[in-house]
Amino acid sequence: MALRSTKYDRQLRIWGEHGQSALERAHICVLNCGPTGSEALKNLVLGGIGSFTVVDASKVCASDLGNNYFVDWDSLGQSKAKTVSAFLHELNDAVDAKFVEESPEALLESNPAFFSQFTLVIATQMQENSLLKLDEICRQQNVMLIIARSYGLAGLLRISVEEHDVIESKPDNKVEDLRLHNPWPELQRYADEFDIDTTDNVIHKHIPFAVLLIKITQDWKRAHNGKLPANVRELKVNFLTITARRRVEEDEDNYTEALKSAYVVLFPPEISTELHAILEDKLTEVNASSPDFWVMVAALKQYIAKEGQGEPPLDGAIPDMHSFTDYYIKLQKIYQARAEADVTAMVGHVSCILKQIGRDSSSITRTTIKHFCKNTRHLRVLRCKTLRDEFSSKAGPELQRFLANEESSHPALYVLLRAVDHFAATYNRYPGAFDGELEEDVSRLKAIAVSILNDMGGGGAALPEDLISEVCRFGAGEIHTVASIVGGIASQEAIKLLTRQFTPVQGTFVYNAMSATSLVLNL
Amino acid sequence: MADQQQQPSSLPSSRTDDGSGMENRWRDIDRLLLRSGNLVGPGFEPGPELREALENDFRVLVIGAGGLGCELLKDLALSGFGHIDVIDMDTIDVSNLNRQFLFRIVVSFGSIRSSLSSKARAICGWKSCTAVGVDCRMQDVGKPKSEVAAARVMQRVKGVTVIPHFCKIEDKDIAFYKDFQIIVLGLDSLEARSYINSVICGFVEYEEDGSPDLSTIKPLVDGGTEGFKGHARVIIPGITPCFHCSLWLFPPQITFPLCTLAETPRSPAHCIEYAHLIQWGQDRIGEYFDADNPEHMKWIYDQALKRGEQFNISGITYSLTQGVVKNIVPAIASTNAVVAATCALETLKIATMCSTGMDIYMQYTGTEGIYLRTVPHDKDRNCIICSPGVPLEVDKSITLQKFIDTLLKDSRFKLKLSKPSVSYHGNNLYMQAPAVLEEMTRPNLQEQLLRLMGGETSDVLNINDRRLTGVLRVRVTFREGADTIDMDTAGT
Repeated sequence: MALRSTKYDRQLRIWGEHGQSALERAHICVLNCGPTGSEALKNLVLGGIGSFTVVDASKVCASDLGNNYFVDWDSLGQSKAKTVSAFLHELNDAVDAKFVEESPEALLESNPAFFSQFTLVIATQMQENSLLKLDEICRQQNVMLIIARSYGLAGLLRISVEEHDVIESKPDNKVEDLRLHNPWPELQRYADEFDIDTTDNVIHKHIPFAVLLIKITQDWKRAHNGKLPANVRELKVNFLTITARRRVEEDEDNYTEALKSAYVVLFPPEISTELHAILEDKLTEVNASSPDFWVMVAALKQYIAKEGQGEPPLDGAIPDMHSFTDYYIKLQKIYQARAEADVTAMVGHVSCILKQIGRDSSSITRTTIKHFCKNTRHLRVLRCKTLRDEFSSKAGPELQRFLANEESSHPALYVLLRAVDHFAATYNRYPGAFDGELEEDVSRLKAIAVSILNDMGGGGAALPEDLISEVCRFGAGEIHTVASIVGGIASQEAIKLLTRQFTPVQGTFVYNAMSATSLVLNL
Repeated sequence: MADQQQQPSSLPSSRTDDGSGMENRWRDIDRLLLRSGNLVGPGFEPGPELREALENDFRVLVIGAGGLGCELLKDLALSGFGHIDVIDMDTIDVSNLNRQFLFRIVVSFGSIRSSLSSKARAICGWKSCTAVGVDCRMQDVGKPKSEVAAARVMQRVKGVTVIPHFCKIEDKDIAFYKDFQIIVLGLDSLEARSYINSVICGFVEYEEDGSPDLSTIKPLVDGGTEGFKGHARVIIPGITPCFHCSLWLFPPQITFPLCTLAETPRSPAHCIEYAHLIQWGQDRIGEYFDADNPEHMKWIYDQALKRGEQFNISGITYSLTQGVVKNIVPAIASTNAVVAATCALETLKIATMCSTGMDIYMQYTGTEGIYLRTVPHDKDRNCIICSPGVPLEVDKSITLQKFIDTLLKDSRFKLKLSKPSVSYHGNNLYMQAPAVLEEMTRPNLQEQLLRLMGGETSDVLNINDRRLTGVLRVRVTFREGADTIDMDTAGT
């Protein structure tokens, strides 16, 4: 086990032991193992997933040697699925490797039940009609699906899941919940123990900034009919001046910190729009078959209305504050105690609800509820449209607006990448397959793209001519670097889905390798 | 090129070659190299010569054979580059294996292995195999990264030559770097990036009008990652911002005040840094601390634990101790793959002009959704590394000696200079060494600089110094004024 934790050390620091265990329990299926599929899988195998299965009917041919790292010259003419699977297995033999020498399209027809054994399916380089079928099958069998496509210097990626709940979304900018504007009794008593006008300079410069802000805010309120600074200007001009004036010497770090954090008094964290939507979700009306997540959200709703007085549970974390060790540790304990008390209240609500819906009242553990409480402000619920809905989207007018403003190339790329599949369905080959027919293909592709736009309700919008001819120039080439990027992103989203950490992409991700930029379209 | 018909993958038999068509090897990327396009770089000339140039003429240097380096070697080889060099000073460690895919552990289970089903092996994992005393041999651990990486890529991708250099970047002569057309960085340190940046910027020669001589430019492509985030950027020295122009893009490192560590620790990290920075020196006098020595790390951990107990601070773990002491940056395969492939693709674009290039700096964020966006920024006119002449206004009557004193006092230069030598259009005005030259040029020190520059009222002087990797160019402009004005021109 020591070797395992050393080997995975750099990623355990991101998703922890529980995230790693989730990866190790995962069974991944990759459809088509060109560079996009094998690169996606490479990153997951290195990360230590439980097992993978590669599905591909083709044999290794010359062109694979120019874009796929997981084949070699000795494997020419042999099964690509078998070759790729063996080379991937070399990277990490803690991972179970399997392959199926069959085309994904054939498998969809012959054995839809095949997919039920997997946690997640990554479908690469597949066309619209097969993807529609796959999406339906995966949803029926409750298997997560990621769709990835590399096409010349462009790429598409989307996630298809019915619902994905995230407790640990680990946002980049976590709000600090300190309640300095409205301290609870224990915190107030703690603050009252300090005399911020003390003449002892050593003590003066070691009073935690939380105490400074509580006291100065209260002085302010007394002088202003119980009101807080009304706006940023008042905060900056008056409140901060008062704070600064109390500083005795220039090098008092606690006052510098208080000035920096003064905004948390004026702008304490609110219930975010995401959390608000989750609290209002119809799934908060729970029943016996509700998932634990929604039982806890229902309890959260009750907590906020009752004990929380409008606030979710305190997470209990405080930032470092310049102060004496014992001042700080005592303050830390006060926050932790309040957080524990909030957990206890939440446990009460959860067991009550569990009883009401006929479940064992202790079937959700305190540890789980505590974990939930620490993250309530950043809960995420992801719901994806079915592919059928996306393909019949009437988002044309929005695309039209994008196209008219020439803000970005991505909406046009999206339409064109869908058009190449329609092109292939009509002509039985991709545009730009033959050097001699490039020019004709440009006008053929354009006509198809325009009709897709029309179907979406975006008729009349102009697609950039340059982009149409570039997409024909690509001739469906799967460029290794582009595949490495699209596959890399696919594996990243897979990790987010499997570990239930971070926020997966919501919408259709469009990648332009010409400019190294991306856009997520909500269709 | 014989263009093979390409059919949709829904037709299973359509992509099977007859096996003889090796000319099809580069079919996919040849779409970009052989066909003309509308969204391409300046001077793009499609044709088979491009592919041949990539295979035969181009030499690319990859610096770093770690997380990004492994990916870069694979990506460049599969982009058709035929000659790649790679430098890395490190040897392979077990903690590299979650992302540095060219390296691996082969555990030799001996005869027991074959008797275990694959499922049983997966279940028993590493632990029980070692517990029953089976010989575990770590094939790559401890070997030089550059050498193993080069060998693996050459073994897999036929036709590519990868030359490894197991050394520090500073160990190579500056001239070594001149042999390459493009240099790609897969580094994790600011210092190493700064060093290479100044070497490459030092190669650029400028025309009289301040425009760079294009033949002296070596493009630099740089990548970096941390967790789910990363960046890639292209530096065309003399034309686009250099690394030094945009140092602000890197966040400052977190350090703790010593008095906090010594007197008022509040967090686990404070206890760990106390043991590391203060206690080690006190208790283990004369012993060099080695972060890779497990006994040393364990000692720091034990001391930190004791200090935590003393101050009532909990949450100190061995893993956290390692993280704090070694300043470990979390790293995963997927982010490295995205960033390295972006760098490799830009390298291909620079080499062939087969597509439009990215705008200066690409930022990648994968924590909340997925974002790839470019953040262009401007060159710093005052950049001491890449400016064709950092502007400096001096008095008309200034002597060379006073000019040198001015340089040493200027806040922009003083940290970079100790004993500057000055030359003008190839003429040595003053040389600090060797002694003979110093003696020869010493009389110039008392001469007026304006006279030494032949009366030019604004021109570029080249400053050399032991502390500089390249040359510092200063554009001197003379102004009218009295001798009495103090020349301490602080930086802007």
